[in-house]
Amino acid sequence: MKTIYLAGAIFAGSASMALAQQLAPSPTLDAVKARGHIECGVHLGLPGFSFANDKGEWTGLDVDYCKALAAAVLGDATKVKFTPTSVQQRWPILQSGQVDLLSRNSTITFSRNATLGLNFQGINFYEGQTFIVRKKANVKSAEDLDGASICVAAGSTEEKNAADWFRERNLKVTITNFQKNDDAITAYDSGRCDAYTAGVGALAGQRVKLKVPDDHIILTKPISNDPQGPVTRWGDERWQLIVRWVLNGTIAAEMLGVTSKNVDEMKANSKNTEVRRLLGAEGGFGAMMGLPDDWMYKVIKQVGNYGESYERTVGMGSTLKLERGQNQLWTKGGLLFTPPFQ
Amino acid sequence: MRTGVPTSWRERLFGTPVTAVVTLLLAAAIAWIATPIIRWALIDATWNGQTRNDCTGTGACWVFVKARFGQFMYGFYPIEERWRPNLAGLAFLLGGGAVVFAPQRLRLRLGLAALVILPLLGVWLLGGGYGLRAIETREWGGLMLTVFISIYASLIAIPLGILLALGRQSELKVIRLIAVLFIEFWRGVPIIAVIFLASLLLPLIMPTGIGVDRLARAVIGLGFCIAAYMAEAVRGGLQALPKGQREAATALGLTYWKATSFIILPQALRISLPAITNEFIALVKNTTLVLVVSILDLLGIAQASLADPNWVGMNMEAYVFSGGIYWLICFALSRWSRSLETKRGR
Repeated sequence: MKTIYLAGAIFAGSASMALAQQLAPSPTLDAVKARGHIECGVHLGLPGFSFANDKGEWTGLDVDYCKALAAAVLGDATKVKFTPTSVQQRWPILQSGQVDLLSRNSTITFSRNATLGLNFQGINFYEGQTFIVRKKANVKSAEDLDGASICVAAGSTEEKNAADWFRERNLKVTITNFQKNDDAITAYDSGRCDAYTAGVGALAGQRVKLKVPDDHIILTKPISNDPQGPVTRWGDERWQLIVRWVLNGTIAAEMLGVTSKNVDEMKANSKNTEVRRLLGAEGGFGAMMGLPDDWMYKVIKQVGNYGESYERTVGMGSTLKLERGQNQLWTKGGLLFTPPFQ
Repeated sequence: MRTGVPTSWRERLFGTPVTAVVTLLLAAAIAWIATPIIRWALIDATWNGQTRNDCTGTGACWVFVKARFGQFMYGFYPIEERWRPNLAGLAFLLGGGAVVFAPQRLRLRLGLAALVILPLLGVWLLGGGYGLRAIETREWGGLMLTVFISIYASLIAIPLGILLALGRQSELKVIRLIAVLFIEFWRGVPIIAVIFLASLLLPLIMPTGIGVDRLARAVIGLGFCIAAYMAEAVRGGLQALPKGQREAATALGLTYWKATSFIILPQALRISLPAITNEFIALVKNTTLVLVVSILDLLGIAQASLADPNWVGMNMEAYVFSGGIYWLICFALSRWSRSLETKRGR
C-alpha cells in the first residue's frame, strides 16, 4: 500500500512540476483574449463604487478594479465591458458564465464561499456597520455613544446589530425606529438623534445628502465585519490566480510607493527587488501566470495603485470624501494587506 | 323648462346651497393638496445650471434631469448614433400613420407589409450591422428601450394572442388543448419570474456558444405572458359575437380562414379593443420589470443615475420625471383607443 501512495505522491509531484512549467490551461483567459475584452459584473448603482456618470461611463472603486484587470490581461484598461447586476441575479450571472468575474460589493461569507461554487479573491473594501455623528459631538468611536440616541430603520439588520452591540457592552443607547432608511437619515439631519447607522460605503453616499455634509463624520471603526472583493467561479485556477494577484498588485504598489506618476521612473531606476519584480523589470512574474511581464506596470500606469483609485472614487478626491479607515495599509493602521511579491 | 340634467357649469357647481358648499370644500381641498406639489415642481424649482451645486432652490432640481436627459431617453447609446433610434421611431410613426390613414382597399396589404418591414428595419437601425456600426443591446436604454420592448413584445403578443384565442375556440381537440395549456401556463406564471428565468436559467441550460441576446430573451418572455392575456381579451370579443355570424359566413361558402379574417375577427377585435388597449397599457408598465435582470429601461436608468455621487439625493426628481413620462404614454394610448372606439362604433 505504502509504495503505491509513494509512487502516487512522486507522480503527482512531478506532474505538478510539469504543469507549473507549462501553465495550467485557462479557458476564461483564452476566452477573454479571443473576445478582446473582459466581461465584468458590477453593481447597478452604488455611489462611489459603481455607477454610470453623466457621460454614461462606468466609474467607481469596484469598476476601477475591473479596469485594472483589463490592463493586466489585455494591456488596455478600456478593454472591459460592464454588466450591471441586481442583487437577485449577481450569483447566477457569474455561475452561468455570462461574466468573467463580479466586482460588486458582495460580502465574503463562509456559506457563500462553500455553497455557491464561487471563490472570493481577496478584499478590495472592508465594509462594516458604523455610525455617522456630528463633528461637534466629539465622538471618536462607537463606545463614546453611551447615552446617545440613534436613528435606524425599523426591522433592519442594522437595528439588530446596533442593539446587540451596545447591549453586550452594557452601554445605554436610545434606538429610535423609523419606517424607512430615508426617514431615519432625515430625522438624524434635523437633530432628532445623535447618530445614524449603516455600512461605511452607504453612509458615505448618505452624508452627501445631508444639509451640511462637512459637519458630520463617519466613525472609522465599524461594529461589524463585511469584507468585499472580486468573485470568480470555481475551477480555472489560473484565472483565479490572475484576479487575486492583480488586486494584490495594486495594494503592493501603494505599499511600495509606486504610483501612476512615478511608475516609469520606478521601473527604470528602482533598486528595490520587489518593485522590480512587480513592474516586470526582473523575475518574469507575469510569465508565470501567462501574462506579459509588464502586467502590473500597465495597471499602475493606466489605473493607478489602490490608494490612488480609492481617493479618486470614494476618498478625498471624490464627492464622498470617505476616510481610508480600515481600508488603509496595515502599516498605517488599516487592514489592507498583501502577501509579498517574491 | 328644466330637464333634470343641469346644463351650465354654474348650475352644476353652484345650483343649490349644498352643491355650492361641497364645491367650495372640494376646491379648497384640491388647492391645499396641489399647492405644495406645484410649488415644489414649478415655483421653487431650479431650472438652470450644470451641477448639483446649482440646486439652491427648495423645490425640485430639474438641472439633474437636464444633465441626464440624453441617458433617460437613450441609455448608454452612443451619442453620435442617436439619430438611429430617432429615425426608427419616425419610421414606426410614419408607417403606422400610413396604415391608419390609407384607403380601405389598400389598408390590409399595407398593414401586412408594414408588419414585416418595420420591425426588421427597427432592429437593423438600433442594432446595426450591414453597413451600420453594431451597437450591443447592453448600451440600449432609457425611454427608447421602454418603447422598443413595448412594441416588440406586443408584436409577439397580439398575433399570438389572436391565434391562441382562435385555437381555444377550435373544434379540433389537440389545438384546443395546446392553446389552453399555453394560455393557462403563461397566465399563471408571474411575469417577473418569467423574465428572471429567461435571463438566468436559459443560459445555464443552453449549450455554450448558443447565446440568445439578453434583451431578446426578456422581450420574448414578456411577449408570451402578454399573449396569454391578449388571448383572453380577444376570446371575450369572439364569444360576444352571435353564433349566426359564422354560420352565415359558412353558408355563403366561405372557408374557415376567410370567414375568420373577414367576418369574425374584424367584429371581435372591435369589441375587445378596450380590453386589448388595457393589456397594452399594462404591458408598457410591465416593461419596468426588466429591471430585475438589470436591463436599464426608463425607470431603470433613472434609478441607476441616482447612484452618481454628483447627483445623489435626486430621488424625487428621477421618479417624478420617469413616472410622468409613463403616464403620458399610457394616457395617450388610452385616448387613442377611445377615439378608435368612437370612430369604429358608428
